[in-house]
Amino acid sequence: MAKITLSKLRHSYLSTPKSDSDYALKEIDLDWTDGGAYALLGPSGCGKSTLLNIISGLLVPSEGQILFDGKDVTALPPDQRNIAQVFQFPVIYDTMTVYDNLAFPLRNRGRDEATVHKRVMAIAEMLEVTGMLDQKAAGLSPDNKQKISMGRGLVREDVNVVMFDEPLTVIDPHLKWKLRSKLKELHQRVKATMIYVTHDQTEALTFADQVVVMQLGEVVQIGTPVELFERPAHTFVGHFIGSPGMNILPCVVQHGAALFAGQQIALEGPIQGAANGQTEIGVRPEFVSLAGHGLPATVTKVSDIGRHTVVECEAGGHRINAITDGAAPEKGSAVHLAFRQDMTRLYVDGWLATSPAADEQGAA
Amino acid sequence: MKTENQKAWFFVLPVLALVAFNALIPMMTVVNYSVQETFGDNVFFWQGLDWFQQILRSDRFHAALGRQFLFTFLILIIEVPLGIAIALSMPRKGFWVPVCLVLMALPMLIPWNVVGAMWNIFTLPDIGLLGYFLNHVLGINYDMTQDPVAAWVTIVTMDVWHWTSLVVLLSYAGLVSIPDAYYQAAKIDGATNWAVFRFIQLPKMKTVLTIAILLRFMDSFNIYTEPFVLTGGGPGNSTTLLSIDLVKIALGQFDLGPAAAMSLIYFAITLLVSWLFYTLMTKDDQN
Repeated sequence: MAKITLSKLRHSYLSTPKSDSDYALKEIDLDWTDGGAYALLGPSGCGKSTLLNIISGLLVPSEGQILFDGKDVTALPPDQRNIAQVFQFPVIYDTMTVYDNLAFPLRNRGRDEATVHKRVMAIAEMLEVTGMLDQKAAGLSPDNKQKISMGRGLVREDVNVVMFDEPLTVIDPHLKWKLRSKLKELHQRVKATMIYVTHDQTEALTFADQVVVMQLGEVVQIGTPVELFERPAHTFVGHFIGSPGMNILPCVVQHGAALFAGQQIALEGPIQGAANGQTEIGVRPEFVSLAGHGLPATVTKVSDIGRHTVVECEAGGHRINAITDGAAPEKGSAVHLAFRQDMTRLYVDGWLATSPAADEQGAA
Repeated sequence: MKTENQKAWFFVLPVLALVAFNALIPMMTVVNYSVQETFGDNVFFWQGLDWFQQILRSDRFHAALGRQFLFTFLILIIEVPLGIAIALSMPRKGFWVPVCLVLMALPMLIPWNVVGAMWNIFTLPDIGLLGYFLNHVLGINYDMTQDPVAAWVTIVTMDVWHWTSLVVLLSYAGLVSIPDAYYQAAKIDGATNWAVFRFIQLPKMKTVLTIAILLRFMDSFNIYTEPFVLTGGGPGNSTTLLSIDLVKIALGQFDLGPAAAMSLIYFAITLLVSWLFYTLMTKDDQN
């Protein structure tokens, strides 16, 4: 187990990258503490798999360093980094039994059979596959195959980091839950640093203590699931996380106040820096309520999603979602929307530009 | 409601007729000849299983069968590992892939009798490029029309040249279907190149290799044209393989009865070995 540091890391698949857009991975500086559960979240093509392959050593970065516990491993091949990786499609050795599959990494490293046996039995028990040790691995179901490929990583003593590259893609929906909680449980038992790559926000938010959100080869925010939800640092995070995502409304800033559709919208706190560029107000549907006064809007659609109702409204030519527990208004009716002030933020060129009020009265 | 009628037979009929005319009927005439004797004029005498006994006890048949097995064994033991080795060293992507594939396919596009003639001329000691080189530059006494060993080396080399490509192309198809993740996982697991070959590449190639070996077995076991054009079965009888011997009996000596019996035995051996091999190779997949 180790602390992982990425220092000034950049990667391009081109041999001579010229502009910033030639980089699949823009400059990244990161510190991952020992034993943490991390998720790399982002849409397809955002560079998360590139980053993962750089950490595992399958890819050598164009620039920068990777340190495990302060030791530079940038030039080391995967087998010398003591890492484990679980791939999107389960990788198992078809001709071997489950036992031999699990023993394979240890035997390759020349461990004696007694140690191999001890480790394999311990891991099999942890993964609940003891009963199938003598079976041919080829005949297993996808979720068990994925467990075995995970086990091959965990079977080695003190693995630095276990990485998961969208490991639940080929798993049936009803087994996803089971495997996901198994992962969580494993993390608590083996205390290894785990990095989980996914484009599924539910998987990322339920697995990780810290989520790294990436977009276009860039890290846009690192934070706990709560932080990502409550204070997105970028409109992309607000939009990507949450269902439905954050309402992003273009606005005009005058004398330190934000105006949307002619109405002044109260923000959480003072605007930092000069509000030059594209200014937008961001507020999550959870913090928009139907009220007796506020922003006038028309209801365009009402969807019942079970416990809540999503009310889709239109104001100033823009769509605003509100989530309500109470009785929903009729489609086409005129309503007023109120934004919870401490959850209403201003974004300049996509980036968060307000800070929370220093004291409760300050923003009023 | 389920309707039941005999219409289905109607659709099977064309296939049945086709198979009957190109396989069943010719084969039944062979069966017919194999139990009779004729001295011409379309007069036949019943012989029972005499011809079969005669063939099975004949030293000449044993010798030809032995040569046939030796030939097939030699070309398989060379072509299969060589084909796999070439497939492994071929590029997986980029400009050279089509170049390699076309180069590999070229020998297979040449008609069999042309291959025989080519190698015949190629190995002539006085004017052939290889024959002249061996005899006059390297000073090796090489003449496949005189020396049985030289004749064997030549027919085996010719077959390897002609057919290794088949094993290469099939193995290559198996190799490119392996996802990158397997190689990456193997790297992380610390597997050696040999382990990658043994536990990833070979198992993934198994199906196509089974087909390749089966095809090569059947083709080489029934080979006729190339050795006939190259050596004509000689010198002496040293390269008289089963099919060459069969043609000698049937058309040279016009012994239709023994030739028919031999054909059936020949066919049965090919079928039996193919079936045994296929059953053994696919045994694991069934359970």
